[in-house]
Amino acid sequence: MKKIINQPEEVVNDMLEGFVYAHSDLIERIPETGVIIRKQETPHKVALISGGGSGHEPAHAGFVGAGMLSAAVCGPVFTSPTPDQILEAIQKADNGAGVFMVIKNYSGDVMNFDMAKELAEMEDIAVDFIIVDDDIAVEDSTYTAGKRGVAGTVFVHKILGAAAENGASLTEIKALAEKIVPNIKTLGVALSGATAPEVGKPGFTLAEDEIEFGVGIHGEPGYRREKIAPSKALAQEIVSKLKEAFQFKPDEHYGLLVNGLGSTPLMEQYIFTNDVGSLLAAEGLNVDFKKVGDFMTSIDMAGLSLTLIRLEENKWLDYLNVPTKTIAW
Amino acid sequence: MNVEAVKKWMILFTEKVNQNKAYLSELDRAIGDGDHGMNMARGTTEVMAALEAKNPATVADVFKLTGMTLVSKVGGASGPLYGSAFISMAKEAGTTDSLLAILQAGLNGIEKRGQAVPGEKTMIDTWQPVIKALAAGNLSEQTIADAVAHTKEIKATKGRASYLGERSIGHLDPGAVSSGYLFETMLEAGVTND
Ligand SMILES: Nc1ncnc2c1ncn2[C@@H]1O[C@H](COP(=O)(O)OP(=O)(O)OP(=O)(O)O)[C@@H](O)[C@H]1O
Ligand SMILES: [Mg+2]
Repeated sequence: MKKIINQPEEVVNDMLEGFVYAHSDLIERIPETGVIIRKQETPHKVALISGGGSGHEPAHAGFVGAGMLSAAVCGPVFTSPTPDQILEAIQKADNGAGVFMVIKNYSGDVMNFDMAKELAEMEDIAVDFIIVDDDIAVEDSTYTAGKRGVAGTVFVHKILGAAAENGASLTEIKALAEKIVPNIKTLGVALSGATAPEVGKPGFTLAEDEIEFGVGIHGEPGYRREKIAPSKALAQEIVSKLKEAFQFKPDEHYGLLVNGLGSTPLMEQYIFTNDVGSLLAAEGLNVDFKKVGDFMTSIDMAGLSLTLIRLEENKWLDYLNVPTKTIAW
Repeated sequence: MNVEAVKKWMILFTEKVNQNKAYLSELDRAIGDGDHGMNMARGTTEVMAALEAKNPATVADVFKLTGMTLVSKVGGASGPLYGSAFISMAKEAGTTDSLLAILQAGLNGIEKRGQAVPGEKTMIDTWQPVIKALAAGNLSEQTIADAVAHTKEIKATKGRASYLGERSIGHLDPGAVSSGYLFETMLEAGVTND
């Protein structure tokens, strides 16, 4: 393992300190916690919070700021934060209009955020939540914990964040969340596994010429391994799976997010984006919104994911386009 | 139930988890994300520190402090699950001295929190047979070992391991193994039904 760190047990703490040092104009850290909170909160609006294990930077702390999150709760690497930390974020972020939590669908996250909600309600803070499950690599059935939450979560932060800034109530935000989440789907491909600092070796290994479709952002196994192929072929596989999941119809409107998983250069991300663009054009779709870069990473995993959102309402596109004051959007 | 024996139990459990930290993480690497040993070692070590600092006087207080500490220090899925178990056990211990009733309350806490039932390849598959054996008066190290070993044969339908489907068969469930340590050390500490 070759990493620019100090003690492996201290990586999250050290990272958060650096984060706050670099961006003290926008955010601060609640002392002794993994909570990053925005400095200037808009009064009377619903507070939007998210979080989860660390190792997915810039998610989620990079999306704290005007127009997106009020606070992010950063757990240990790949491990859900605890209810007491989430409660701190809820208490500090609440402006009296209630708190809305965006949770990625992992058993640990769901249970810890749920316990925090119970604790907050005992203090009379109104809390509601949405569970994001955009990863179509996993089948949604009663035989699994359900689809996982991955890069599409960032679209949820953006759209709900804009709505909250606009004065939407807790009930309105919940309703909006329930409408957008089924319209967001993601699929990724990995070229190498991620090495968590405390573990010291990759969560899985791929041969020099091998790739794996559908790997999760914690290295959860995907659905198929095969030999590396040109970007066009990778785009073809991923777009065809998304096509099936969405049942594309010509003239529909979409937004896209090409997301690097940590070690994939922007050059490759743009090559892939170009190939995706051609395929979506061939389907007769209008792609009204595009974003490329590292948004939801998996430490040093190489690979990328493609997220599509079907823009059922014009309003969603407006929400995506409103400028934010955040570090990473 | 003797409060000193219960404290001894928590000490032995912490030792066992820490001795087997790498093994638990290795089991989790096979069917999860490889953090179970680290999560449990961090949590139980904090429990030790809390018990020493606060020196709780009753069995209920030992369980309560253990549960609250696990909830706030472990994270992951096992934090709220073990935490809920001990908090439910604390509530039960406030009204009864029966180990059977207390463990049953703990299991109910896990089931309520995680919405899993026996046979889904989770820690519940250790808890449930242990409680059954305790009720029948024949709980032994062997029953615990058998329950843990049986999780190898089950296909996971809850937790991270469920993403593997059929491929989860043939692997022990890490949470079931750490729960095995919990009950082995309960016997070692002499915590019994009276
Ligand atoms: N719903 C559930 N009910 C009961 N036990 C569960 C459930 N989900 C997971 N478990 C248990 O938790 C163990 C895994 O715990 P671990 O500490 O590794 O958390 P995790 O799932 O990795 O959490 P995170 O996703 O936040 O990292 C499993 O081996 C299983 O025994
Ligand atoms: Mg785990």
